[in-house]
Amino acid sequence: MAIKEYQTVNQVAGPLLFVEGVEGVGYNEMVIVTLPDGEKKKGQVLETSKGIAVVQLFGTTAGLDTSKTRVRFLGETLRMPVSDDMLGRVFNGLGEPRDKLPPIVGEDKVEIIGSPINPCARQQPRDFIQTGISTIDGMNTLVRGQKLPIFSAAGLPHNDIAVQIARQAKITGKGEEFAVVFAAIGITHEEANFFMRNFERTGALERAVLFLNLADDPSVERLITPKMALTAAEYFAYEKDMQVLVILTDMTNYCEALREISSAREEVPGRRGYPGYMYTDLASIYERAGVIKGKKGTVTQLSILSMPGDDITHPIPDLTGYITEGQIVVSRELHRKGIYPPIDVLPSLSRLMNLGIGKQRTREDHRGVADQLYASYAEGRDLRSLSAVVGEEALMDVDKKYLKFADIFENEFVSQGKEENRDIETTLDLGWKLLSTLPECELKRIKLEYIQKYGKKFMGGS
Amino acid sequence: MGILSKIAGPVVNAEQMRGARMFDVVRVGDERLIGEIIRLRGDTATIQVYEDTSGLKPGEKVETTGKPLSVELGPGLLTSIFDGIQRPLEVIKAESGDFIRRGISTDAIDRKKKWEFVSKVKKGESVKQGDVIGTIKETEIITHKILVPYGVEGTIESIKEGKFTVKDEVATVKASDGKKHEVTLLQNWHVRTPRPVVEKLQPDQPLVTGQRILDFFFPVAKGGTAAIPGPFGSGKTVLAQQLSKWSDAQIVIYVGCGERGNEMAEVLAEFPQLEDPKSKKPLMQRTILVANTSNMPVAAREASVYTGITMAEYYRDMGYDVALMADSTSRWAEAMREVSGRLEEMPGEEGYPAYLARRLAEFYERAGRAVCLGKDKRLGSITIVGAVSPPGGDLSEPVSQNTLRVTKVFWALDASLAHRRHFPSINWLRSYSLYLDSLEEWYGTKIAADWSELRKSAMKLLQKESELQEIVQLVGPDALPERERAVLDVSRMIREDFLQQSAYHEVDTYASLRKQYLMLKIILHFHDKTNSALEGGVPLRKVLELTVREEIARMKEIPEKEYENKMSKMITGIDGQFEKLIKEQV
Repeated sequence: MAIKEYQTVNQVAGPLLFVEGVEGVGYNEMVIVTLPDGEKKKGQVLETSKGIAVVQLFGTTAGLDTSKTRVRFLGETLRMPVSDDMLGRVFNGLGEPRDKLPPIVGEDKVEIIGSPINPCARQQPRDFIQTGISTIDGMNTLVRGQKLPIFSAAGLPHNDIAVQIARQAKITGKGEEFAVVFAAIGITHEEANFFMRNFERTGALERAVLFLNLADDPSVERLITPKMALTAAEYFAYEKDMQVLVILTDMTNYCEALREISSAREEVPGRRGYPGYMYTDLASIYERAGVIKGKKGTVTQLSILSMPGDDITHPIPDLTGYITEGQIVVSRELHRKGIYPPIDVLPSLSRLMNLGIGKQRTREDHRGVADQLYASYAEGRDLRSLSAVVGEEALMDVDKKYLKFADIFENEFVSQGKEENRDIETTLDLGWKLLSTLPECELKRIKLEYIQKYGKKFMGGS
Repeated sequence: MGILSKIAGPVVNAEQMRGARMFDVVRVGDERLIGEIIRLRGDTATIQVYEDTSGLKPGEKVETTGKPLSVELGPGLLTSIFDGIQRPLEVIKAESGDFIRRGISTDAIDRKKKWEFVSKVKKGESVKQGDVIGTIKETEIITHKILVPYGVEGTIESIKEGKFTVKDEVATVKASDGKKHEVTLLQNWHVRTPRPVVEKLQPDQPLVTGQRILDFFFPVAKGGTAAIPGPFGSGKTVLAQQLSKWSDAQIVIYVGCGERGNEMAEVLAEFPQLEDPKSKKPLMQRTILVANTSNMPVAAREASVYTGITMAEYYRDMGYDVALMADSTSRWAEAMREVSGRLEEMPGEEGYPAYLARRLAEFYERAGRAVCLGKDKRLGSITIVGAVSPPGGDLSEPVSQNTLRVTKVFWALDASLAHRRHFPSINWLRSYSLYLDSLEEWYGTKIAADWSELRKSAMKLLQKESELQEIVQLVGPDALPERERAVLDVSRMIREDFLQQSAYHEVDTYASLRKQYLMLKIILHFHDKTNSALEGGVPLRKVLELTVREEIARMKEIPEKEYENKMSKMITGIDGQFEKLIKEQV
């Protein structure tokens, strides 16, 4: 198709350009805008009607004018070349090389807006991923093909947790290939460096693809970055049979960009000014995780989002929680106590846990131990507030045991080293060890035979 | 006939559309994407497109089909998995691979399969709309009735028997004005119009679910409506799946509206393996799944709920009890809001369109127990269980509020219960059922005369517990008199040994009404005994040491076949142990 170029920019408002007199422009089509000084920028069509196209520019609109600026419509939606060579490379948020190496010559150019996976083609995720972190493996088990966000907030060590998971989860053991796709969405240079250094140090960088949109990069690009990353991930998973872990950080910045565009377009705002279609938009990102029947590779998503004001009911964590399969909640209270990783297991949840655990996957007593740990810790936490009021002496003996249990649970089970990689056996045995401090008749969540088989060796001694 | 003039997301405008009607289905652009007209202004039509609109250009053609959004109704619906606009996902997968490509058009019902049709009327018989003219064994457990279509009346001029495809004519009906109407196995119905019935009845029979907290405390009637609001992670989806598996409706329709792909995959993988407890055949033989995951187009999500309820009405008209689960209606409402926002309509509360309340009420009003059309006066019912996902768990938001206004049962899922792994995490103090009175008679005659007495005393204890808990928070449990500590003890038993039910435990996942009754009876019996022991001077400490408590805690794991025997032994066991206690005391 003939490529059309226009010099008819009529209006510039925020990141948006209004181009007049255009013909046959497709929705979501890519454009190249040439500034009066010759600089070229990319953009995308947001709205097209007879004669007028609204273009969203990636980057600042500084330097644009309404007479000399030229807009070229490329006649195709945003595509990216994909190939094996992407491993070990660093790109910017639009998929252009950032590491001064030549651009990727793709085997194939793929649309970055993925089609939805047919629900009938999905394979139920069921392969356990061992992250080496007890609170995750033991109580909020991650499985391949899952999308599990980390709900964090400013000042908490979510990056350390993400790096630790990325490092430890790569051990799969069956000779499968593993890749990490990392998308930085509006994070600072310092944070990005932290990730790069860690990937380099552990040798993960050569098995990784990085897409970096940093805090000072154009915010509109943030809408593209995760889609780029997921397109790359899908390529490695479904074409190259790799086990892909996608880390998206920080999704809050993505939503901010979404809001910025929405308000520039003067759309009707929804909750807290975020657009009404944010749910659908987020779904189109998060849902690009999964396992497809007959394909060896999988896409697992670990997205980090910081909750504004530690508020879990804020629209971003709220909508995310409705799409993802659970959440890992990082707690400021635990962090203040000096516990790492400060994962609060009570509001955390992995919805796919039951698929990945049990006999032949982890261990048959896993479900029971996890439930019992949950219930006992919840009881202990409740008693803490009670004992704050009435004093510990007023509690019954069994309640005191629960109180103590909550403490050792935080100090021994939750807390572990940044380099400490606990396998699932260790985690479960640790769970039993803690549970053995409680009277046996309190262990109602575990089948009797499992208490006999796994728990007995930890009991009686104390 | 029309020409695209503006594209911005899933809502597009087309010009030169004069003559097109509201809610007509149109094919948009060169790729012939499916859309529906949602606004007309002059000769410009606004169309919501059910597929991704990337790449559409102004100037491409728009063609109207002249028909509103309809579903196909006929044999072959059961066991199928559809998307929001009734395209069979298995067929799409065969055609377009693992990802859903755009512009795919398929028939909802297989055109090639032949069905064995058995006629039920004779030539010359006069028939009316809704009369059964023949039956088909659709699956091993469900007999599909072929009805005289709505609006058709006359005498049977010809009737066939044998093997037919859905498009074959099986009968002709001659109207009084001489006009002939050919009846096939296939009918169409507009999704936004309810199918008519003779009369709606009062719901006075429970939908038995096998879930103790639901059947005992907050029952829903056949033909009733229930809302499950719950913040995320509170076990809503598992509960909806439990209902699909275990409720005693003959037909189950599960609408996954804005669902997670992996969870839908779980449903799709699990359902075919499930066995129908009564017939021992696969549960899928009486199930239809509608799957519209959250990343599939938003407009199709809006339609998916209507697609589901229309198919439910079709089976109700055959005289079946149908249970429809919609998970989640909040996603549906959000789809409405999104489309409304794109139309730049004046927003109502929280950006939802002003017609939200009407749409919700219209939907729930399609439930009910009814006398169906047709001379045999069949009874059928549709029970709707709608999940609501209030943002931030805040029930004061418009979708929850408008839903609560029209539904009669409220199962309040509680995140704090879920956090401590109390499942199903239904808050017993905040939930309610308005069917308790109308169902009392049924429970009283079918299960046990003291059913509702038991429920009331158990509820009283739980209520008392929550009051006592407040005191305990202040002064500690030791400050309470023994009698009240006994209340705390028994209500803990009710919570942990009765209300908690594991969906993943092979036995506990379903409890028959009789077993539920006995379980609660035993717990309350234990409480009575405790009280009389305390009166006899036995310290509570001794009661708490009784070994029979262990048995009570494990009662839920007793298989259905054995409980009658074991539980009567338990009562004797309790009596024995208490007798011993009192003797020791003396």
